[in-house]
Amino acid sequence: MTTLVCQSLDVSIADTTICSKLDLELAPGQFWGLLGPNGIGKTTLLKCMAGLSPADGGTVLLENQAIDKLPRRVIARLLGMLQQHTVYVFDASVLETALTGRHPHLGYWEREGANDKQKALEAIRIVDLEGFEARSVTGLSGGEARRLAFASLMVQEPAILLLDEPTNHLDMKHQIRIMNQVEMQVNEQQRCALTALHDVNLAARYCSHILMLFGDGEWQAGPVAELLNQETLEKLYQCPVESVQTSTGRRFLPGG
Amino acid sequence: MRRLLLFLLLLLSVGSIFFASATGSVSLGWGEWFSAIQNSDSQQGELVWRLRLPRAMAAWAVGAMLAMSGCLMQVLLRNPLADPYVLGVSGGAAFATLLGMVYGAAVFYLPWLALLGALVSVLIVFGLARGTGPWSGTRLLLTGVVTASGWAAMISLILSLSPDNSIRSMLFWLMGDLSYATLPPWSLLVLALCFILTLGLARSLNVLAMGETTARLLGEPTRNLLWLVYLLASVLTATAVSIAGSVGFVGLIVPHLMRMLVGSDHRILIPAATLFGGLFLVLSDTLARTVLSPQQLPVGVITALLGVPLFLLLLNRAKLKGV
Repeated sequence: MTTLVCQSLDVSIADTTICSKLDLELAPGQFWGLLGPNGIGKTTLLKCMAGLSPADGGTVLLENQAIDKLPRRVIARLLGMLQQHTVYVFDASVLETALTGRHPHLGYWEREGANDKQKALEAIRIVDLEGFEARSVTGLSGGEARRLAFASLMVQEPAILLLDEPTNHLDMKHQIRIMNQVEMQVNEQQRCALTALHDVNLAARYCSHILMLFGDGEWQAGPVAELLNQETLEKLYQCPVESVQTSTGRRFLPGG
Repeated sequence: MRRLLLFLLLLLSVGSIFFASATGSVSLGWGEWFSAIQNSDSQQGELVWRLRLPRAMAAWAVGAMLAMSGCLMQVLLRNPLADPYVLGVSGGAAFATLLGMVYGAAVFYLPWLALLGALVSVLIVFGLARGTGPWSGTRLLLTGVVTASGWAAMISLILSLSPDNSIRSMLFWLMGDLSYATLPPWSLLVLALCFILTLGLARSLNVLAMGETTARLLGEPTRNLLWLVYLLASVLTATAVSIAGSVGFVGLIVPHLMRMLVGSDHRILIPAATLFGGLFLVLSDTLARTVLSPQQLPVGVITALLGVPLFLLLLNRAKLKGV
């Protein structure tokens, strides 16, 4: 079972401390939400956990090995990340772009086989881009490009998913579609996800655990039931929050 | 379908070389050409074997190398506008060659001077841009562009100080000219090696074209990969420039034309661009030799005159299709 563990991790950018002594274990079957105000360092933390940028202290362990010691190719088979921005410069087709998710799984001279293509087509169907397979990626709308990037990640099939605001640019239907897909992967295939979100209610609906970044290195992590309440959210976002009970659970609104 | 296209391009490439060897101020019919090929000691055989075939093959190799280098540069800088010369490789070559011309170096030495100048330029840019931090495409681009401007200034200096009678040959070199081109065997080796390496990197190039971070997340050790791409592109450009001077537009336009035709998958794009680059330059050079015959034009003029309208036309058509 693949796990991602942070051991007393210190991360900062410029002079801002994002988290200090962060201890966190992402275990299979867990769906983590990463919450924090704008510019608090969610993306930087995710990048550090993906081994893209170095930490100031502490370690990130992927399958019990320090991530900065692992070759990128090995990492890519276990861990995938959806970046916050997706910009396509060269016009590859939607299908070709989805197929890039197979890259870490293929040998040097190997070509994608029928099985790989099947996976790509399935992912394209899941993100509701069916019929777009032959289209150029440079002609996609912001939301479509976002969904395609998510499809590539599905095709990569990593056990650990780091998602940086996956619902950016997406309408309500596709937000639910993507989050349902992540939830399904976490529950049925025993993967784990850490998802930076601005929509507290998506976190409330989907996540099993929450990591909150308060700034100045302060953080809090735990099961969603313990952490997601009016009090912590008011502290997190520095604004009044109203809590309402709905048929699907507790939800939060900006208070007056 | 795509394989068929590659095969077609290969046939056309070979055909273009034969065509070029039969065409010129003395045009040969198929029968004459065939007997000239068989009898290399005859006057026409001499013409075909000693003059036209080497020149046509040099043209093909230069076009192929520039097109391949263009593909690599565009991925390296993640910019469809990049061409093989944008980082100053040709500037260094031009400076060294022109300096050689000023000091009356024998024609034989000029390609070596060009190669030396190009490699010096690559080393300067590489050394200054490399640093210790993570890969920075912007730093490479800026270092390269500024270095290129430096070379341009030195070239202008040489041109302004040179006597009038030598300026013409200098201008020909600067525009790209195959009149005195020969194809040294080592350059074919460079071409073949770089082609195999680049083809082996093709799927990595696809990933790299989506950005450095994306490539890393998909398992590429991008820092090493990017420097390798830069070195491959530089070696190809340096070799091409040492043979024919700075022939423009091939390295920019051919990769684009082929993208429109075969798409952006480098596993097909690289061989297609390589073949078409060669084909394009052979035909351009044949035109350069014949259009105002017996006067010979620098091939760089023809590539621009052919390439620009062709490119604009295709770009326009592509837009209409909604691509």
